[in-house]
Amino acid sequence: MAIIKTDNLTFEYIRRDEEGNVEGITTAVDNVSFEIKRGEFVAILGHNGSGKSTLAKHLNAILFPTEGTVFVDGKDTSEDANLWDVRETVGMVFQNPDNQIIGQVVEEDVGFGPENLGVPTAEIWERMEESLKAVGMYEFRKKSPNRLSGGQKQRVSIAGVLAMHPQCIVLDEPTAMLDPIGRKEVIRAVRALNDVEKITAILITHYMDEIVHADKVIVMDKGKIAMAGTPREIFSQVDKLKSLSLDVPQVTMCAHKLREAGLNIPEGILTNDEFVKALQQCQ
Amino acid sequence: MLRDITLGQYYPAESVIHRLDPRVKLLGTLIFLTSLFITKSFYGYIPALLFLIFIIKASKVPFSFMVRGMKAIAFLLVFSVVLNLFLTQGDVVFTWWKLKITKQGIQTAGFMAIRLTFLIIGSSVMTLTTTPNNLTDGLEKGLGFLKIIHVPVHEISMMMSIALRFIPILMEETDKIMKAQMARGADFDSGNMFKRVKALVPLLVPLFVSAFRRANDLAMAMEARCYRGGEGRTKMKPLKYHRRDAIGYLILALYLGVIIALRILLK
Repeated sequence: MAIIKTDNLTFEYIRRDEEGNVEGITTAVDNVSFEIKRGEFVAILGHNGSGKSTLAKHLNAILFPTEGTVFVDGKDTSEDANLWDVRETVGMVFQNPDNQIIGQVVEEDVGFGPENLGVPTAEIWERMEESLKAVGMYEFRKKSPNRLSGGQKQRVSIAGVLAMHPQCIVLDEPTAMLDPIGRKEVIRAVRALNDVEKITAILITHYMDEIVHADKVIVMDKGKIAMAGTPREIFSQVDKLKSLSLDVPQVTMCAHKLREAGLNIPEGILTNDEFVKALQQCQ
Repeated sequence: MLRDITLGQYYPAESVIHRLDPRVKLLGTLIFLTSLFITKSFYGYIPALLFLIFIIKASKVPFSFMVRGMKAIAFLLVFSVVLNLFLTQGDVVFTWWKLKITKQGIQTAGFMAIRLTFLIIGSSVMTLTTTPNNLTDGLEKGLGFLKIIHVPVHEISMMMSIALRFIPILMEETDKIMKAQMARGADFDSGNMFKRVKALVPLLVPLFVSAFRRANDLAMAMEARCYRGGEGRTKMKPLKYHRRDAIGYLILALYLGVIIALRILLK
């Protein structure tokens, strides 16, 4: 069964002027339907204002659809009775690491989620230990979050979600405010969770190199799904991505240009190794 | 200036006072502060002094650290002592030009000095030996009985701990905005008082905007992590009384007894 399923999901923002009169309606998410299977690593792509963050916030019942439905583990998110179940099933990591850490010590922040769920004290400590170890932050457990780097803070946030034992974790541009090293750390942690713990991961991003390892990619544009498929399928269509003002990874771009110039290189090259192999073969 | 205020800072050390339950320390501070105002004679301050020395020794916090906290209020202290010294009416002991010092003045000023000093040192012992988190936990549990009259104790303590967590972040942000405004020619350091206050407006407006934005983000993150108020919440670090806390309460009761007895005996 699909862990997340959306059915004609539509969400509208009502814009108001200073007096509070309705100025107009912006459709942030427009008639979107998709399914995410258990254990998948799905990337959602799109440039600013494409509706990807709004979509993400529907997945753990922070926003509710204007029209259509979102099912999480078979439960309708817009029903009040399902609210806490949905939020327990789908954890969410946000963009700004400073604005989502509640505890004053790393371990206390990781304990915050389980505390809210009413987990017994001894188990909270176990969960704290295992989730901090899973993201490689266990030795920092006594530190103040203010002393950590951006990538470390973001990994603490992931551990905080992990401690709630979610089945799915949604990451809303977790790397947008990080330096390249921090970005790598976070993506590595997410991939490890997906590979080892089999947690469904939904990564929302606009960095192309982060989605190369995803099982499925959904490209959003103007609130609609513009493209969907495996990374290879998506990156085979360089021109279409360009028209959606999205970049492609450097290797893919380079291979694409060489192909255009007449070299016999397949479309959708994703990694350096593949590129080297393809170049060797075409000689 | 801000760095000099040790009031509200934590001094990490391994001592009985540090390990004491925050509820004991909160009640202790309350009793100590009350005792300063119960006493009506100088002799009454001897047990308070002894008690304070005992606590400071037991807390293993260097005494110099507490005195540093006094610097911030030194002005206030001198100000109130001087005012009391010269403005209290009564039997004149000393006159110089238009200023008179009276017997009652000396007495009130003395009381004032002792009270303020003890008050500051007494309360800084508590904050120096208790982490902010422990303190809010103690407040939540210690004032839990107020829930009966619908005081949102959990919410208040949650707000306090979030505020404490965000102080360094907002400080950093202030610094950033200040530099950004200075780069555009803002001047925070010159002009009279009025001008300087006015110069703060372009600093405070963006700071408030960003604080609200942060608050909004944080609320969303808390809800996403299933926060739904204090009901049905468990504690990662629950407060539990130990033997030392019982002894602490006993010592407090003894101290309170001595103070009340002195007040009755030394009319």
